This record gives sequence, structure tokens and C-alpha cells, in this order.
Amino acid sequence: MGVGIEVANLNAWYGTNHTLQDINLHIPANHATALIGPSGCGKSTFVRCLNRMHETNPIARVTGSVKMGEIDIYGDAKPVQIRRRVGMVFQRPNPFPTMSIYDNVASGLKLNGFRNRRVLDETVELSLKKSALWDEVKDDLKKKSGASLSGGQQQRLCIARALAVDPEVLLMDEPASALDPVSTSKIEDLIFELKSQYTIVIVTHNMQQAARVAEKTGFFLNGRLVEFDSTHKIFTNPSDKRTEDYITGRFG
Amino acid sequence: MTFLAILATAVVVLPLLAIFAYLLYKGAASVNLDFFTKVLKPPGEVGGGLANSIVGSAVLLAEASVIGVPIGIGGGIFLAEYGRGTKFANAVRFTADVLNGVPSIIMGVAAYALIVSPHISWLPFVGHFSGFAGGVALGIMMIPTITRTSEEMLLMVPNAVREAALGLGVPNWRSILSITVRTASPGIITGCMLAFARVAGETAPLIFTVLGNSFWSTSLNRPIDALPLRIYVLALSPYDDWHRMAWAGSLVLIVLIVLAVSLVRYVTSRGVMKGAS
Repeated sequence: MGVGIEVANLNAWYGTNHTLQDINLHIPANHATALIGPSGCGKSTFVRCLNRMHETNPIARVTGSVKMGEIDIYGDAKPVQIRRRVGMVFQRPNPFPTMSIYDNVASGLKLNGFRNRRVLDETVELSLKKSALWDEVKDDLKKKSGASLSGGQQQRLCIARALAVDPEVLLMDEPASALDPVSTSKIEDLIFELKSQYTIVIVTHNMQQAARVAEKTGFFLNGRLVEFDSTHKIFTNPSDKRTEDYITGRFG
Repeated sequence: MTFLAILATAVVVLPLLAIFAYLLYKGAASVNLDFFTKVLKPPGEVGGGLANSIVGSAVLLAEASVIGVPIGIGGGIFLAEYGRGTKFANAVRFTADVLNGVPSIIMGVAAYALIVSPHISWLPFVGHFSGFAGGVALGIMMIPTITRTSEEMLLMVPNAVREAALGLGVPNWRSILSITVRTASPGIITGCMLAFARVAGETAPLIFTVLGNSFWSTSLNRPIDALPLRIYVLALSPYDDWHRMAWAGSLVLIVLIVLAVSLVRYVTSRGVMKGAS
């Protein structure tokens, strides 16, 4: 089951560039939350702060607090422990090129030292079914490389890989921006399916996509969270002028 | 343009083929079972072979690989994954490039001064001519090539692959060993094979270290024979049958290097997925 995320006074820097400024919000458990905003507004940086990927860049810095359920992710835990509870799907599909489909999905477990053959088999099947890829690949799980799949299939493979470690939260950084419309709608259907079991945070450039999949939407601009409300309210009756300008296409 | 490209290819390939053909012509007649099973006979006596030199070369190259491959790949991993942009990494990279250009005879002299020269003879392997000293000299020669090619190959692995592994909660060291190095492994293996083939034919660093041995010996603690060194000695001798042995030895050396490189490529390519991207 998913957990809620409580973000308080979050600030982030790349070098001297203050990319996130005083972010405060509550992301509800077992719902999809969309983050929209123009390029460079900090929304990708924000999701990367939720699983401590931001700090993998040596010039990056973070202050503030992020609570995931009961855990303060910048307090008690190590980054690797946090990342096991928070799955991430990236903008470009990035399956491990030397691994088979099976090994890609099992990689999170295997690389963390898990070896039980039977459990691995079950997890791989379940994860591929959850990501709606099972029927397309079940006959050549170990024969085909993950990189030999189409772009849309690769992205669903990456979702299966993230789900296999049984996370509570799933972060998606523009998961459909490199895909064609058919693959995009499959990913959206999938987000719809998955949000009953996971807390999903999705960054997107596509406002229709945000409106279709998310209950809550946040609008970022220049490193600040301008408005955060129910998706319906954001798209029909935003309270901030800048949100309205962005939604109606006046800039961005 | 096409013609020029074909011409250039021919200019490169023809000498290679010519050398190989000439070696076959001069050496093939002397290659027989005895050549691989017996040691060298004195000039004038019929029969004999270079078994001790072949085995000696194998022992030396094994030792060189044991020293050069792990240190070389480790250096490459440091440069590409841990030391990016640091002053120390730049110094290591510069040193590796310089080391790559050092003439091999200098490596032999250095190994002589450090290991062979009898100033610290109370240690095992040290203070006298030995296979050990030759293996060290060849191993050090392998390191810069392997380090630099490994670094280049690791840097070619897309950052997205590293992030995918880190995003799964895999510790950084594990991600480097199991994902990044594995993704770059075909290129890294090519680098190792290049270094291996280069030192397999080296003679100069062996003159000062292994000395050569006309008798059967595989001990790293004593002077040992090596094929390139034996070819050098045979070719300089005034005896016709020793000259024939030198031709045969050259042929066998080239064939064995090609075989070793092909074998490693075959074994390491079986596990890698076909049809990737």
C-alpha cells in the first residue's frame, strides 16, 4: 500500500542555482498527483528530492524535510533504503542493455542480494502483469534483451522493474514524453490501474495527461510551487493568475 | 573515394598477409609434434622443440594478466566513476598516458632495478633473474592500456543506466560492478586483449628479467624461457637449423596469440545477450 508524503520547507540547489524554493505540500496516499509547469521550473528536481536522487549529483544540495509515512527521508534513513521504497521511472526508457527481460525486472531484487528462484519467478510475473507487459513478452522472458523491445514496451518494462522491489511510492518523471500516442495511452491506463495500490507522483508537460490521470495537481514556476489543489479546480477555476495563464496557454 | 578507401585498406592488410605468408613458408615445415613437446637440442642434432619457451610464455602472460587486468580495470573504474574531475584523477590519467609511451626496454631496466638487482635478496622471488620479475614487467606494461580503454568504455555507458540502478536502491559500488562495468564489458575485454597481445610479443623487458632458460622450467622463482626471447636468441645464432626454429617459433607465437584472443572473445561473448539495441 502507498503512503502519503509530507513536504515541508524544501529547498534545493544545483551549485549556486536555487532550483527549488520553500516547497510545502501534502501528497495523498494511493492517489496520483501530477506536477505541471514550464521547462526548468523545478518539477523534475522536486521528484528527485523525494527519493534522494537529487544528491547523486556532486554539486547538488537539499534542505528541508520530507516525510514519507512515518519516515523522515532526510533524517533517519540511508539513501539506498529510501530508494527501495520509492520506485522511479525516468523520462527516457532505460532498461539495462545487457540484461534479458527477466533479469531487468528481477534486477532490483537480485542486485540487493535476493536469490530465491521461485520468489523471483513469481515477482517477475506479477510485476510484468501489473505493468501490462506480460502477454507481450511471456514467451521470451529470458531469450530477448530488454533493449530489443519497442520504446513503449521498454517504458512498461522499466515500470515493472520499479514495481518488482515492492515500493510504496512511484515517481514518474515525464514517463510518456518520449513515446508515441498509443504507448502514451497505455502508460496512462497503467497509472490509472496502479494508483489504488501505490502513491504516484507524475511529472508531465502534457496538461491533458495530468487532467486524465491525477486527482491532485501542482503547478510549478521558477522553482516555486504556485498552486496545489484538486486537478478539477486547477483546470477549471485556478486561484492564481499565473496558473490560469499557463493552463490557457498564454506562456510556457 | 571508394577506390581510395579500398586502396588504403589494401595497403594496411597486404603487409600483414605478406608477413603471415612468409612465416608460413619459412616456418611451417619445422612445426611438428616435437616442436610442442620437446626442449631445444644443441645445434647439429636433429629434432627438439620449443616446448619450454611456449610454456614459459604462457606462465609469464598468466602472471602479467593477473597483475595487469585487475589493477588496470580498477584504475579505469576509478577514473570514470569515482575520480571524475578531481586533480588526482587527472594526475593518474596523465601518468597512464606517459607510462603507455615508455619504451619497453625501460620497463625491463626498471624491473631489473626493483626486483632482479640483488640488494634485497632475503625476500622470495627477489634478488635474482626470475620469471616473477618478467611477469611484473609485462603486467605493469598492460596497466595503462587497460586503464585508459576501460575508462573510455565506462564513460560511454549512458548516465540513464547508472540512474536506473541507483533508483532501485542499489548501492553505488554494486551498481558500478554489476551494471556499469557489465554494460561496458565488451569494450573493456577488447582493451585487455589489446594489452595482452602487445606484451605477448615483448622481448626487451624480458632480457633484463627472465634471462631465458634452455631447460625445462616453469618456476616463477627461477629464470624461465619465453617465446619472443628464444626467437631473438635463435635468430642471432649462426646455425641454419636454429634459424628454422626461429621461423617456426615466430609462426607459432602469432598463431597462439590469435588463438588466445579468439578464445577469450568466444568465452566472454557467450553470456552477453545477442540483439541488444
